[in-house]
Amino acid sequence: MELLAAGFIEDNIVPKFNYWIYVILMMIGLYAMITKNNLIKKLIGMAVFQTAIILFYVSIGVKEESGIPILGHGQHHEIVEEGKPSGEVITKDEFANPLPHVLMLTAIVVGVSTLGLALAISQRIHGSFGTLEEDEILDQLRPGGHD
Amino acid sequence: MTEHYPVVILMAPLFGALLATLLGRGRQVACWWTALIALGISALFAVGNICAVLASGEGELRYRMGGWHESSGYEVGIELRVDMLAALVVAAVTLVGFVNTIFAKTRVTGEMREKVSFYYALNQLLIVGLCGIVMTNDAFNLYVLIEITSLTSYALIAMGNRRAALSSFNYIIMGTIGASFYLLGVGYLYIKTGTLNIDDIRGVLQSGNLWGHASITIAFILIMLGVWIKMALFPLHGWLPNAYCYAPSAVSSFMAPLMTKVMVYVMLRVMLWLFGSEYVYSSGHVWGELIIWMSIIAIVAGSFLALARTDIKKMLTYLIVAEVGYMVGGAWLVNGAGLAGSMYHIFSDAAMTFCLFLAASIVILRTGDHRLTAFNGLFRRMPLTMIGFTVGALSMIGLPPTCGFFSKWYLISGGIEAGHWAYVAALLFSSLVNAVIFFRIFERAYFGNLKGVADEQFPDDRDSAPPLTLERVPCSMLIPLFLAVMAVLLVGIYNNTLVSWLKAAMPPL
Repeated sequence: MELLAAGFIEDNIVPKFNYWIYVILMMIGLYAMITKNNLIKKLIGMAVFQTAIILFYVSIGVKEESGIPILGHGQHHEIVEEGKPSGEVITKDEFANPLPHVLMLTAIVVGVSTLGLALAISQRIHGSFGTLEEDEILDQLRPGGHD
Repeated sequence: MTEHYPVVILMAPLFGALLATLLGRGRQVACWWTALIALGISALFAVGNICAVLASGEGELRYRMGGWHESSGYEVGIELRVDMLAALVVAAVTLVGFVNTIFAKTRVTGEMREKVSFYYALNQLLIVGLCGIVMTNDAFNLYVLIEITSLTSYALIAMGNRRAALSSFNYIIMGTIGASFYLLGVGYLYIKTGTLNIDDIRGVLQSGNLWGHASITIAFILIMLGVWIKMALFPLHGWLPNAYCYAPSAVSSFMAPLMTKVMVYVMLRVMLWLFGSEYVYSSGHVWGELIIWMSIIAIVAGSFLALARTDIKKMLTYLIVAEVGYMVGGAWLVNGAGLAGSMYHIFSDAAMTFCLFLAASIVILRTGDHRLTAFNGLFRRMPLTMIGFTVGALSMIGLPPTCGFFSKWYLISGGIEAGHWAYVAALLFSSLVNAVIFFRIFERAYFGNLKGVADEQFPDDRDSAPPLTLERVPCSMLIPLFLAVMAVLLVGIYNNTLVSWLKAAMPPL
């Protein structure tokens, strides 16, 4: 049983641990967004949820034994296909894929603006209801509620 | 010049939005003119765009943003792709935006007070986002534009009363889950194909025969779930009724006809152009039948929920939920008639929802009552508005020559061709329920309150102060209503031309 578990961890969890972490984070975020009663806690869940997706994207840009995608001094600005002789020129295997990272810059901006807007709206909700607990707000909205 | 039309459509309202923000508070009339001119230019070029697409040999226009040319067979930059379907949807979006700006003029001063300039800025940004969604050919760019549209609509909805702020908050939570699912799906596609261009992704899927992979299936399911949340398909519709009902009327009158319809367009785009019909419709998947049943449930549930409402706008929002079911079902019937009906219904539903929301806004504004009791004896007091409402309502029921009849015609013939009788029955049932809903209103409007039911029998679920009432309905509200009526009739009368254009844009099934 122990061996089986060890094999499972080695085959499925170790090589894919970034995916496991993103899925776990995403589920934590989703859980908070759906079940939490406090509006700010929902927003914290939303931030965790969005960050999990950013983690997923950033981790897919990684290649084994690759560095950051910045050209050093004197390196030629051309990329050669694998298999061709590479003397002075650089190969694309040396660099991590920068595209997912660049995409995530945009996604971070979107996430920040969503969060900012949501916080502004929750401030308005607090201003008009005097509370950020969802059940208390719904109590006030009920026709017979104290209001 | 023709090749730059798609960009002009996007640029005019974008700069209009900047200008409206800069003009700021205190210059309401200037802001209104900015929005009107910017959206007017946009609408003009959108109509020109249709002609350009018709004139071009391949039936589509492509525009590489920033002039980034393809390298080794793959697109590097962001590409705009306008085929006939996209050109028509863009024209519908910009025209609704333009006409709604005329309608909004007298309305926003009372509703927004000192925030009028922000209303016009956000209004134009929303149109930019919607046009971008329709024209872009880049899967990630599509996500960014969906979020631009969503962010502006959250802010616009929250401009209403305190219920609106709460509904907007719920919409943010649901909308973010939807958009994030879409983004995640695009991530899986990028891992498999290494590109983000919609045509290139389909090409790589085809040439690499990647269709059998689990990650492609996961990507498809995630993207579909995300799009369904955004378009409010029945079990995922929770955010829509409150958001559109409590939003300021100048906001809901153009958001209700456009947002869900553009998301239906995105669904068609993802199905037919991103994944390709061979994959989506292949018999190896269980989802085709399942999704048609989901749409049947959406139609029936939406109709029942609309029947139970006593608030005019809430009732109309539940009708939108039912109409979304029509389009989703039609898209999965796997035949030309169903698909054409689904595409055609985007336009006809936009026209009739616009017409009904404008008429309902005028009625609520004039009577100060947002319940069905507002309609008592209204044919005598407001004949022009009621004519507009009647045309919209007859289109919802599906009487010729309104567009609602023809979209039901195409959808039902698609359902018969596919042998899906439950879907046909659901469409007919929804027609009947709509007839009950609207003839109930006509009865009140013609004869007053016949049954003598006290007004207190209609519970009022709004908690705001009654909206300010107008002494008389201004021309700036009646003209948009009649333009919408014209749209309902024209889309209906020229259904043949429209459908033949749409069928030309359809990829082979």
